[in-house]
Amino acid sequence: MLEKTGIPTEEMIKEVFPSIDRINKGPVAVIECYQKIPCNPCVTACRFNAINIGDDINNLPELDIEKCTGCGMCVSKCPGLSIMLIDGSKSESTILFKIPYEFLPLPEEGTIVKGLNRKGEYITDVDVIKVLNPKSFDRTPVITVEVDRNYLYEFRNIRVEG
Amino acid sequence: MKHVEIAIIGGGPAGLCAAISAASSGANVLIIERNNKLGGQLVKQTHMFFGSEKQYASTRGIDICNILINKLSKFKDKVEIMTDTTVVGMYEDGVITAMYKEEKYIKIKSEAVIAATGAFEKTLAFPNNDLPGIYGAGAVQTLMNVYGVKPGNKVLMVGAGNIGLIVSYQLMQAGVEVKAILDAAPKIGGYLVHASKIRRMGVPILTRHSVKEAIGKEYLEKAVICELDEKWQPIEGTEKEFDVDVMCISVGLSPLNELLVMRGCEMKYVPQLSGLVPLRDENYETTVGNVFVAGDISGIEEASSAMVEGYLSGLCTAEKIGYKHEKFEELKNDYLNQLDDLRSGAVGKHILEGTKEILVN
Repeated sequence: MLEKTGIPTEEMIKEVFPSIDRINKGPVAVIECYQKIPCNPCVTACRFNAINIGDDINNLPELDIEKCTGCGMCVSKCPGLSIMLIDGSKSESTILFKIPYEFLPLPEEGTIVKGLNRKGEYITDVDVIKVLNPKSFDRTPVITVEVDRNYLYEFRNIRVEG
Repeated sequence: MKHVEIAIIGGGPAGLCAAISAASSGANVLIIERNNKLGGQLVKQTHMFFGSEKQYASTRGIDICNILINKLSKFKDKVEIMTDTTVVGMYEDGVITAMYKEEKYIKIKSEAVIAATGAFEKTLAFPNNDLPGIYGAGAVQTLMNVYGVKPGNKVLMVGAGNIGLIVSYQLMQAGVEVKAILDAAPKIGGYLVHASKIRRMGVPILTRHSVKEAIGKEYLEKAVICELDEKWQPIEGTEKEFDVDVMCISVGLSPLNELLVMRGCEMKYVPQLSGLVPLRDENYETTVGNVFVAGDISGIEEASSAMVEGYLSGLCTAEKIGYKHEKFEELKNDYLNQLDDLRSGAVGKHILEGTKEILVN
């Protein structure tokens, strides 16, 4: 599926997601890197040694969910934009997602934008909580949005209209 | 006749790294670049690179270009740069001929040559493929990212390799609608992280599909595509039409090898390296003494590998003509290890197999 369409299967997605318990404790990275390619900036970016790929640069990254503090440094560093942060500690009904977003116009904090799934289809409206675009992110802004918990495994992108 | 120690043909990622490496070893180098500025394809690569820190991973190509040019400027007294100059011949007596713009014909004699000419885009045959609006992916990327010109409004991308996927993404960043990405192969050829990030913008990726024909009077108005069967043959009745004013052809690259053939280097057709490539030793020296290579000319690969090959080739070329870097062994091993790392995984396996075909002692 993924190698024909670019869309990972539900099983693949769930495999890389931390447990609900971990998500409810606070922010944590989700690394959707399913293909062995020679790449390791996520490892270099993590100050807490929470991401490991071992000796071979082609290995898939492994996240140590206990060491991951959810700082988000890896999100803008991944050349494949495959990393996002999720945080279920703030509300029982929603999840905070931090996603990389390299398009203009950037969404504005406090507005509502379209939430999309991995096919780019509209699934639900989401609230834009924060837009971070410091120099250190090197033109890969990171957007925090609040998403209905029902879409935990589906939400992956936003569309800003206007 | 101009005399130089090392002539480097091409100022892209491989040529720039070769120049840095040779000049840091103590050799005098001349970079001959056909475009009006250095950087090769890096000048339009606005995306972040893969690889490791040593190959500037996570840095954008356009910024890597400046990093390399800055590094090179530290050896100002050892480096001469000729832009707008195309090498047109390499002869048995070691003479290189070049054209400056279309004004001046130059003869250059060098002790050694590093050919880092890169690659050219393959094309695709289908009816009306010469209509205006049908571009190579490289041209579209140059128009957009170098000159700020929008190539059109609605695009069909042909080819789901890394270039096709990346250029599709950059078209969308420029506000251009990408209708679909097709590929004749049964699987996406580029990195799947690139494919996923375009798919989640809503762009369908159609594997086992090809272009049947282009339709239009003065310029492209429609593209007709069809599904392919397991033998890569069109399946009748599967035609689909797309209203597009741009078709972007991204069906692979071939090594730009003519100068090496002319010079008499022993060549071999190696499918894994995407074409006719020179036999070479571990130091990237061809079968003609003092003629070295680096980058896509010796096999189509990622720019990360081209840079490492450049560093390695520059180091070894300098050593060959008497400028041995004080850390020669250490650096050489490091570059060889980096190349092994980049090629050791599933996506680099074919390159590794290909390089075994051309390695000579």
